[in-house]
Amino acid sequence: MMGNSMILIPMILYLVLMFAIAIYTNKFTSGKGGFMEEYFIGGRSMGGFVLAMTLIATYSSASSFVGGPGVAYSMGYGWILLAMIQVPTAFLTLGVLGKKFAIISRKINAVTVTDYLKARYNNKFIVISTSVAMVIFFAAAMVAQFIGGAKLFEAVTGYSYFIGLVIFGITVIVYTTIGGFRAVAITDAIQGIVMVLATIFLLVAIIHAGGGMAAITAKMIETNPSALTPTAGGKIPIPFILSFWVLVGFAVLGLPQTTVRCMGFKDSKSLHRAMVIGTVVVGFLMLGMHLVGTLGAYVVPGLAGDGAIPGITVKVLPPILAGIFIAGPLAAIMSTVDSMLILASASIIKDLYLNYGKGNIDEKTLNKISFMTTGIIGIGVFIFAIKPPSIIVWINLFAFGGLEAVFLWPTILGLYWKKANADGALISIVTGLISFFIFTIYKVNPFGMHQIVPTLAIALVTFIAGSLWGRKNDAETIKLFFGE
Amino acid sequence: MNFKEKNNQINKEAKITVGLYLFFFIWWVAFAYGIGLKDISEYKYILGFPSWFFYSCIVGYVMISFPLAFVVKKYFKDIDFEENDEEVK
Repeated sequence: MMGNSMILIPMILYLVLMFAIAIYTNKFTSGKGGFMEEYFIGGRSMGGFVLAMTLIATYSSASSFVGGPGVAYSMGYGWILLAMIQVPTAFLTLGVLGKKFAIISRKINAVTVTDYLKARYNNKFIVISTSVAMVIFFAAAMVAQFIGGAKLFEAVTGYSYFIGLVIFGITVIVYTTIGGFRAVAITDAIQGIVMVLATIFLLVAIIHAGGGMAAITAKMIETNPSALTPTAGGKIPIPFILSFWVLVGFAVLGLPQTTVRCMGFKDSKSLHRAMVIGTVVVGFLMLGMHLVGTLGAYVVPGLAGDGAIPGITVKVLPPILAGIFIAGPLAAIMSTVDSMLILASASIIKDLYLNYGKGNIDEKTLNKISFMTTGIIGIGVFIFAIKPPSIIVWINLFAFGGLEAVFLWPTILGLYWKKANADGALISIVTGLISFFIFTIYKVNPFGMHQIVPTLAIALVTFIAGSLWGRKNDAETIKLFFGE
Repeated sequence: MNFKEKNNQINKEAKITVGLYLFFFIWWVAFAYGIGLKDISEYKYILGFPSWFFYSCIVGYVMISFPLAFVVKKYFKDIDFEENDEEVK
């Protein structure tokens, strides 16, 4: 089948822009100041707007633009209700972790979450297990994002899956490798703007095409009234939806790709601004995109699941606009992958290689192996995405909740609870991970809740027990973190 | 501010943040399930949206954005992230 080049042109232009940014930001890494601090955390220079956008872009992935609205297409308003749970997550993360991390990471020169865990718990096993867990989960999640992106590309442009994978896979790998964290943050900011514009275009187009809200609602009442209810006629049970306040709500405080952003901003003002901008923009995206899915079912009927949003896009937007729109979800995917890629690389270089591998290497070599590691992980992920092995798809099922199970309590209790210690963190990581695997495989969902809820409950109990009865923190650590 | 005072301020800000989070949660639950669990024939519509959705999600979005902007402006303080002389001694 011939592809649609009118859709392709704005997309390609967009990708070229991403390259330009990488080349621009690359010159910072050769400037003054440490290479590590620049490449992996952008010299801690993010302002409020960029911080807000990079946070949003990182956690609005393929699922917020394609998967979620696709479900809203069949379920209706109840699924928008579920999506709205993510809105206050941005300010919760920044408000609870932001300033603590800003101070601590400057004191100990941390560029990764593991750096922080190392300083706080001073335990080799914690450092290694968290880094390894992160790299594995990120790799699987990145492959999944690549697959989502390439499928979307295929659906909208008509070109093959492989071409899609090559075009946008290469783009994201190259600009992340060359530009480092600074390129990731700036491209994320631009991608955030593209996502907002895409949402506005599509929402206006769909309401217009459906003959106005009143007409669409009348059609809903007539053909599928259960789509008007908060439970989707019983398909979204209340305990299930409430557990999303944990899964995509407060447990996001543990996701390393989110928390590392709290190490990269410039000053208090940036943080304050980012809390407000981030919440306003996330709210707009969630509300807008899921409304498109919900209303779209009665304007462009006959689609399903992941095919819904691409189908609607091609139908209601002129090709050039469709091209810009499709850049939206691709942007969301790329910006999720880029931040995982840079973190996985940081973790391998900083947390594993420099800590336990060869010591003392000069700046230039470090520079070279950092570029190489980022590139190699990217290429590896790309190769897996061409013909994804089922193990990857399987691991990805565990990635999101698994990361939360590992990182949430050690991160947050370490910052706010003086008695939190290495024994507590260790036992919590192990029991959290194991119980999450078991609950997911055997579908243990007490009271209809998502398995993340009992997992985190167990991990919390073991953390507290381990901390109360385990070895005490040394005075130096307490002084470093709590000042007394 | 010395490190201890900074920490106290940060703890205060964290509590305010969590408070706002709970406020939005209650708003979200109360309107979605307070109004939305009625029979569909009794639904009211505002601007074409079911009223539970309008209040819970659309007004809820506004009700988190504005209080947040207000609270951040009023209670959140500028903190220097670098260690200053006062702390070192």
